[in-house]
Amino acid sequence: MPIDILMPALSPTMEKGNLAKWLKKEGDAVKSGDIIAEIETDKATMEVEATDEGTMGKILVPEGTADVAVNTPIATILSDGEDASAAPAKKSEPEKKTDSVAEQQKKAQSAPPAKEGKAEAPAPEEVEKKADKAPAAPAIKTAADFDIPEGTEMVTMTMREALRDAMAEEMRRDGDVFVMGEEVAEYQGAYKVTQGLLQEFGAKRVIDTPITEHGFAGLGVGAALAGLKPIVEFMTFNFAMQAMDQIINSAAKTLYMSGGQMGCSIVFRGPNGAAARVAAQHSQDYSAWYSHIPGLKVIAPSTAADAKGLLKAAIRDPNPIIFLENEILYGHSSPVPKLDDFVLPIGKAKIARAGTDVTIIAWSNGMTYALKAAEELAKEGIEAEVIDLRTLKPMDTETIIASVKKTGRAVTVEEGWAQSGVGAEIATRIMEQAFDYLDAPVARVSGKDVPMPYAANLEKLALPTVAEVVEAAKAVSYK
Amino acid sequence: MAVAQKNSSADDNKPAPAAKLADFSKEQELSAYETMLTIRRFEEKAGQMYGMGLIGGFCHLYIGQEAVVVGMQMVLKKGDQVITGYRDHGHMLACGMDPKGVMAELTGRAQGYSKGKGGSMHMFSVEKGFYGGHGIVGAQVPLGTGLAFANVYRGNDNLSVTYFGDGAANQGQVYESFNMAELWKLPVIYVIENNRYAMGTSIARASAEVNLSRRGLSFNIPGEQVDGMDVRAVQAAGEKAAAWCRAGKGPYILEMLTYRYRGHSMSDPAKYRTREEVDKVRSTTDPIDMSRARILEKKFANEDALKKIDASVRDLINQAAEFATHDPEPDASELFTDIYR
Repeated sequence: MPIDILMPALSPTMEKGNLAKWLKKEGDAVKSGDIIAEIETDKATMEVEATDEGTMGKILVPEGTADVAVNTPIATILSDGEDASAAPAKKSEPEKKTDSVAEQQKKAQSAPPAKEGKAEAPAPEEVEKKADKAPAAPAIKTAADFDIPEGTEMVTMTMREALRDAMAEEMRRDGDVFVMGEEVAEYQGAYKVTQGLLQEFGAKRVIDTPITEHGFAGLGVGAALAGLKPIVEFMTFNFAMQAMDQIINSAAKTLYMSGGQMGCSIVFRGPNGAAARVAAQHSQDYSAWYSHIPGLKVIAPSTAADAKGLLKAAIRDPNPIIFLENEILYGHSSPVPKLDDFVLPIGKAKIARAGTDVTIIAWSNGMTYALKAAEELAKEGIEAEVIDLRTLKPMDTETIIASVKKTGRAVTVEEGWAQSGVGAEIATRIMEQAFDYLDAPVARVSGKDVPMPYAANLEKLALPTVAEVVEAAKAVSYK
Repeated sequence: MAVAQKNSSADDNKPAPAAKLADFSKEQELSAYETMLTIRRFEEKAGQMYGMGLIGGFCHLYIGQEAVVVGMQMVLKKGDQVITGYRDHGHMLACGMDPKGVMAELTGRAQGYSKGKGGSMHMFSVEKGFYGGHGIVGAQVPLGTGLAFANVYRGNDNLSVTYFGDGAANQGQVYESFNMAELWKLPVIYVIENNRYAMGTSIARASAEVNLSRRGLSFNIPGEQVDGMDVRAVQAAGEKAAAWCRAGKGPYILEMLTYRYRGHSMSDPAKYRTREEVDKVRSTTDPIDMSRARILEKKFANEDALKKIDASVRDLINQAAEFATHDPEPDASELFTDIYR
């Protein structure tokens, strides 16, 4: 059976081209890889290579022909023993393999089923219809919060200690968990979060890396693809910018790109946001950046207990997690339940202070401003409900909406910049899901739209303040 | 600024003549021939299907480089890991992945290896030890180094083969990886597939040091240039590198001097090199032709037997193409699956 040579497409957008030149003539021997013709488009000239072996049969489209449609048979190749006269005229009726995608799908539809197992292509119209409208995104199921049993002993500790305990407990529990990063082992952590881990777990599982963020983030993802459960510490998230490609392109997307076959269980953690007087390159809040990305989960706790319970959950989670800590909060002490296995659900916000008049939504160090503002507001007779998001992605919209339906007013607080920020996202969700309950537009308190200055007075001005939160809460309350 | 232009001609890419190569056994030669031919035919078919509009987007063909991945695969054992960039179809087939599943992924269909969500550049097989299929030039190098790290962590004697091209060899993360790999003595063979062109830029125009096997010198990583067109040379070099890694001596660099016959991707008219250059490589050093000649010369098989192999390979690829054109597209409900576990 002679084989058709088809007018090829040089790119997915090419529909037709000129057949510039034939380099083989009828009767010539061809083997696969031989250049048989040149075709041109407005963009390029390209050579057509034979993909089959045999003898050039009929040239169906002479050289110099313009606007030859893609997939038109342009010549035939005869296999051993065939002669040109055996080549049926097929100009008008190409063989099955010359079909367009749509035609092939149609054929598959009418073909007897079950030839290739369960494969049965839908009719083209159906494909079109289906493709027109994306299915609804699945609803996010929010887990119930952890109930601390009554009478549980509470131990006051710093967030730094709580994070360390979380890692140590999970490392005792699972031999595949290890921690790596700059100064995490012998130096005991640049911020002492990994204090004592080297002594307990040894150099095999507590690994000092060179200063090579892009490299060790990628190495960690590779180890995770192989089934280990790395905790990768960035000395601060500012340096994770160097590793952004590995975090987004390798960690977050691989599960999807592999059709669910290969994913990675990895935690990237470290201090995020402004510390104090370290200027622009060491003071950025990445909450919005990471929570933009499907495939990542983003956690940003504000208390020692939440830090512990959520870091343990993050280490156990089979997905890549961004765990945003805060340098200012490391030294803050708060009570942590003394329980054998205190694991909090990822994706569940917490009502940190109940109230009826206005909802203030914050996370991480933003909670510092929010809670202080709530106290101020109470003095003036305004009872604010303060929500600690704890997880930014997936976001617990349910808790936010329930509160706003009650209060009718909302203020978001973040240290990051306002444009495309997390506050902007919260405001949108409130607008979409509780518009009719709002008594005032949602207000945002955020970092000012400037790189972080060094001077103490300017730095203060660049960050949100308690006064700004109070002011915003009063503004939305028309007071 | 005047820049001394180094010429990169076909002859520059020849390694120093290696010690006389040990011949393959009959089984090795026939098996290498068949796998190389399978890759060649698969890629030709993919190119054809791309031309028909059945494959979209980017499609980087491996034609010409087959000996590299086939020779390397011959030295691997169960549990070893393979990872590469986006010119990856050959690696998957060499790892033993099913041509049907690979081709169906190229056409974006439901039974493709990634359910149609990855495409030409993103396929994986945990079962076959193939860790992708990565689209960002050089990003697979830290990942492959991490696979090797996992082997050390687990205390097994497996190794990771991390492939990248002459283009990726100029990425910073490659050297971050080299440093950690040697520092921690990780069992990784860095296989640099030097096909002379990073897209349209010849190695001489992009690299201050064109001998890429020397790129590990400042990290104390040994490296050598290998005739990547001769599957026997690749296999021999691979054996040496694998023994080095498995003995706990750390990483090893193999620069495979190879050549891609086709453009960088399907839409590349390849105007940066002459037809004569391509023809010369094809006609004198084609890895499959050379293997075929050895088979006939050593009487491992006669013409008829080879024709049978050719026919069965063609049949396998045709079946894959047939499967990939008739398998349905993924169901719309797949849009939101596999984002989280």
